[in-house]
Amino acid sequence: MIVLDKVNKFYGDYHALVDITERVEKNEVLVVCGPSGSGKSTLIRTLNRLEEIDSGRIEIDGRDIHAKGGDVNALRAGIGFVFQSFNLFPHLTVLENCTLAPVKLGRASKAEAREHAMQLLERVGLAHKVDAYPNALSGGQQQRVAIARALAMRPPIMLFDEPTSALDPEMVGEVLQVMRGLAGEGMTMVCVTHEMGFARDVADRIWFMAEGKILEKATPQEFFANPRHPRAQQFLADRRRD
Amino acid sequence: MLELIDTYWLYFLVGQYPQGPLGGLALTILLSGAALVLAMPLGLALGIARVSPYRAISLPVAGVVQVVRAVPLLLVLFWVYFFLPALTGVKTSQAATMLIVLVVFDSVYLAEIVAAGMRALPKGQLESARSLGLGYGAALRHVVLPQTLRHGLPSIVNQLVSTIKATSLGYIIGLSEVSFIASQINTLVFTQAVEVYLILALTYFILCFGLSRLAFLLERRLQRRTLQAS
Amino acid sequence: MFFDPSILQSGQYHDWLVQGLVLSIQLTVISFAFALPFGALVAVMRTSSLAPLRAIGATLVEAIRNVPLLAHLLFWYFAFPELLPESAREVLYANNPEVVCAVIALSLYAGVHMAEDIRSGIRAIPATQLEAARSLGLGRIAAVRLVLLPQALRASVPPLLSQTVNLWKDSSVATVIGAAELMYQAARVETASFRSLEAFTFATLAYLTVSLLISAAAYLFQRRYPVRTA
Repeated sequence: MIVLDKVNKFYGDYHALVDITERVEKNEVLVVCGPSGSGKSTLIRTLNRLEEIDSGRIEIDGRDIHAKGGDVNALRAGIGFVFQSFNLFPHLTVLENCTLAPVKLGRASKAEAREHAMQLLERVGLAHKVDAYPNALSGGQQQRVAIARALAMRPPIMLFDEPTSALDPEMVGEVLQVMRGLAGEGMTMVCVTHEMGFARDVADRIWFMAEGKILEKATPQEFFANPRHPRAQQFLADRRRD
Repeated sequence: MLELIDTYWLYFLVGQYPQGPLGGLALTILLSGAALVLAMPLGLALGIARVSPYRAISLPVAGVVQVVRAVPLLLVLFWVYFFLPALTGVKTSQAATMLIVLVVFDSVYLAEIVAAGMRALPKGQLESARSLGLGYGAALRHVVLPQTLRHGLPSIVNQLVSTIKATSLGYIIGLSEVSFIASQINTLVFTQAVEVYLILALTYFILCFGLSRLAFLLERRLQRRTLQAS
Repeated sequence: MFFDPSILQSGQYHDWLVQGLVLSIQLTVISFAFALPFGALVAVMRTSSLAPLRAIGATLVEAIRNVPLLAHLLFWYFAFPELLPESAREVLYANNPEVVCAVIALSLYAGVHMAEDIRSGIRAIPATQLEAARSLGLGRIAAVRLVLLPQALRASVPPLLSQTVNLWKDSSVATVIGAAELMYQAARVETASFRSLEAFTFATLAYLTVSLLISAAAYLFQRRYPVRTA
């Protein structure tokens, strides 16, 4: 479903993504992990063109998404993106946050969008906060709304950029639970995360990145039991020590 | 003092109206409000242009803003009053002249308020709006500008205060705003200059101080709301 | 519309305009010399630990700031002399009353705006600085003068330079009481010769040049002396 072919990205002289060539299959849950500055966020942001690439191709459903003259808005409407800092719209209620895009982009009437949003909010456990404003919600609640907001566009792919890194520890679980639910339903997901428990339980594959390269690709079983690359071994050893 | 107020209060408030055009305090307030309202669309457009990533758009606007802020309002007033009729062949009234000049100035200052507000908004807001598939224009309209204007409201109210003070310059081209009327009253009464000008000062003070307090309260309310969110 | 620069280069109109420019600069410089210390004093009052001082400072700022400069000028020129004893009034009228009253009005108006800028500068200096100075044995006034104010002024230079540009532009309003500064002379040339284009171009260039010079100075100052916090 997602194909990356020799993708390179530079920030000035800094080589942020180095010759990335990989695939992500439909219904697959992919976890990308690695130390800070490894390029994981940059990589996931190239998938919905929040970052541009300098060479190579990225194809989603056979279409080159970085092609000149491509409709970037249509691309993004077909991909859900969940940010580390939630980025809910503070001037809109929880419900309005979820109905804004479907309605303004003509995907649904107000009534349809409302109903769909209510279902999604029910699913993430926040139906009772429908008319609240984001500033009245905890971090975990805001992030769950953010997931519902992304799902409201009915995307076939969901991208998660460190969704729990900004949360207090006790709220991480509620967000991961929603993500597990999504994975269970067969959603194609790419998650940049430090939550190794989630990776172990839910991921189909894990990519370990450092310095802009994917150093190891493995199933969770292989990765956690027997990491091959020395950097990956170091990374896991550090994690275990925490 | 009381007799003074008693005799001239209506003249002070509305000028010669209805026997002549509107004047006095009413004219001051009306002109200021109208100028700010008319300047909003232009100020918004200029502000958005100001933060545009395309230098071809943002630099000329920055240049215009710099030039307008470097010259006295009175000079622009003279330009428009003396020169515009020569250009267009139409003699503009003092009120129209004042309005045009106020709109120009207010647009420029509003543009700065809008630009500052847009720059201060967390980048994630625009990013998440665009990630949902909204185009730049739609994202501005539904996510960025509503927040920018809400946060900029205290500054906009302060701009209204500046505009009210700026209308006083109409005196110099003979506009019958409240300072001009006060001077007329002074000429009529002649022996009570202190009372007349103190009342004028007090009038401006009540109006402007009142609005500034409103801006201050709005600012406080906004700060409280932001603290709740974080 | 024939633009004749010759009238700007020599002759009577040229002389008038240059005299006007000189007076505008003089008004600005003299008013600045009074405004800055006045502003510093008011700023210190507003940040004092003594409530009555703070109240007086705040009242001064709000009373002056919320009244337009034009109204101040009218008051000082038309009303204030009435309050003076006969002899003082004679002295005033014999000695360029337009300029004197303009300087008073401009100094107070610019002064309170500078006070606000200096106050922000003072508030930006951590309280620990004053504590450190007092612990060395410096008295309150010495501590403020030697430790607090120099740092506060350094931090306030950019907004103060911005206020100076405002003061320079505001000097134009002195024309309302008949001070023969640049705007007055430009209007005079216009009335005498109908050459509004040349006269106002001269004035525009003069205001632009000085404003941009002062702004450039502010920019350079910020580059050379960036605000260094402890």
